[in-house]
Amino acid sequence: MAASFSPAPFRSRAALVQAAKGVAEFVAITAVTFLGLLALTFFIGRVVPIDPVLAVVGDRATPEQYEAARVAMGLDRPLLVQFASYVWDVLRGDLGMSVSTNKPVAEDLLRVFPATLEMATIGIVIGVALGVPMGVIAAARQGIWVDQTIRVLALTGYSVPAFWLGLVGLAVFYAGLGWVSGPGRMGIFYDGIVAPWSGLLLLDAALAGEWEVFRSAVSHIVLPAAILGFFALAYIARMTRSFMLDQLSQEFVTTARVKGVPEWRVIWVHAFRPIRVQLITVIGLSYAGLLEGSVMIETVFSWPGIGNYLTTALFNADMNAVLGATLVIGAVFIGINRISDVLYRVLDPRSRS
Amino acid sequence: MKAGLRDWLTTEAPGSRRQAMAGRLYGAGLALLGNPLAVLGGLIVLLLVLVAAFAPWLAPESPVGQDLGRRLLPPSAEHWMGTDELGRDILSRVIWGARITLMIVALVAVIAAPVGLIVGAVSGYFGGWIDRVLMGLTDVFLSMPKLILALAFAAALGPGIENAVIAIAITTWPAYARIARAETLTIRNAEFIAATRLLGASHLRIIGLHILPLCTSSMIIRVTLDMAGIILTAAGLGFLGLGAQPPLPEWGAMISRGRAFILDQWWVATMPGFAIIVVSLGFCFLGDGLRDALDPKGRK
Repeated sequence: MAASFSPAPFRSRAALVQAAKGVAEFVAITAVTFLGLLALTFFIGRVVPIDPVLAVVGDRATPEQYEAARVAMGLDRPLLVQFASYVWDVLRGDLGMSVSTNKPVAEDLLRVFPATLEMATIGIVIGVALGVPMGVIAAARQGIWVDQTIRVLALTGYSVPAFWLGLVGLAVFYAGLGWVSGPGRMGIFYDGIVAPWSGLLLLDAALAGEWEVFRSAVSHIVLPAAILGFFALAYIARMTRSFMLDQLSQEFVTTARVKGVPEWRVIWVHAFRPIRVQLITVIGLSYAGLLEGSVMIETVFSWPGIGNYLTTALFNADMNAVLGATLVIGAVFIGINRISDVLYRVLDPRSRS
Repeated sequence: MKAGLRDWLTTEAPGSRRQAMAGRLYGAGLALLGNPLAVLGGLIVLLLVLVAAFAPWLAPESPVGQDLGRRLLPPSAEHWMGTDELGRDILSRVIWGARITLMIVALVAVIAAPVGLIVGAVSGYFGGWIDRVLMGLTDVFLSMPKLILALAFAAALGPGIENAVIAIAITTWPAYARIARAETLTIRNAEFIAATRLLGASHLRIIGLHILPLCTSSMIIRVTLDMAGIILTAAGLGFLGLGAQPPLPEWGAMISRGRAFILDQWWVATMPGFAIIVVSLGFCFLGDGLRDALDPKGRK
């Protein structure tokens, strides 16, 4: 009796083994990739600098501080032992101390990360909401001016420096037109009114019923998020267009047209449905890319997120903070990529055996 | 005579290797010229090279000469792009900056492309555990965020244009390795490779003389398409103070200097940005065109 209720994909023993193999492979690849990331940050922190101790304590340190840091970092031990203890530290959530904030780097990162997450999430929503329809329309109108315009717009997304667009956006929409607020996350008068609960300011302000703060936060986030959204849009529209062109040249599309299916249905149902799974991967990649792209945008907008934390640490030669932020951004980046890879395999019937 | 040359170029049975190659170039060139965006891109890249080469003659003024008496002047007939906070002519600095940009992209291409090419070809040619190790390494690099990795490397190496080039090259080679490996896998079992091996050619000779040349066209496409990204990363490093150091007129660093004046003297930060956009777009257009012209798989 129980056997007949087993989940559909595991109807046979062979299928179960297959699935277990898939999971094992996924775990192995993910583990190796994360280990690779750790090896890279370890390499950057301990091997590349001529004097890694100096890079951590800064050049204002006294000889005693220097010696203490040298011993604390265990630089007298073999490299492989150092790496093992580095991996162990990271696994326990110990990323070292930041010399500029005098706090553990992990604690700092936990505090600043929600700000980045908030901005990148709104950015990806804008990018998907505009980019997917634009890509579909460009493919449906291939070759005429709509298509050309969207293509050039998308290529612009590959050619404009994010920090430059941020500066120009500030000059035009903040200083010039006064439509949005300037740098920062909210007006200075509202600072500290809302107690951080999730760290996502919009959510926290709404939950606390502080609509003044909410409005201030919206007018601060809209420009940087829109700029991030533009970069997501460029990539998503370009990929959507090329996927759609592939589908529209398939025979089933011709068949549908011959049968007299209306054109909008051919495009949005027959051709669009099969590319949804591919789009998940693209959206995942572009979301991960936005977390990275926010480094430049946050620096320009003094947005108190992980990117701004990273560049501030760069200016202060705070190597622990730089490596910690690199590690976290890298881990999130890899994580999103792995998840979208899995989703692709689970959702696309063609990738099942 | 003209018809004779065309016949020689388009013949179905080329008499020599040179003729076959010339014919291929002729066909690709024709396809490229038929694509207006690609032509535009090619012209922009050509313009970049010419401006970089003739910067001393083209620039109206010195890129480093200061004149505090005329600081932050708006664009005018005399200073087409205005002057910066030290009274330097921005147009002159943008023109000299073309040299730095060209040097950065050329150096990155010269370092990263051959490394990727060799890693990929060796990996694909030998297969087995060599392939697994090399591609494992490549995949780890590929799955990292490129900009952040370049930032961290540049931070560890210290600021400077050479270190920026190294940092960017470290993040670009894996994509080339992937391409070279894919190409090598399709050629590896071809009959002409087996024949060459039977003639007693060494592995080095087969990879160097028979496999690498066949990877070049897909490599050229990919490198051209990557140029925009390389320029943006280099400018980003310059903007953060990790790339070219003052007083070098690097475009990203110039934008960074203009950041303080963006609300009132917008031209200081804006003008170098236009240069970056035009050049990056040029490489994008050219790369897209090259892909359509050279890559038989992309053809519809």
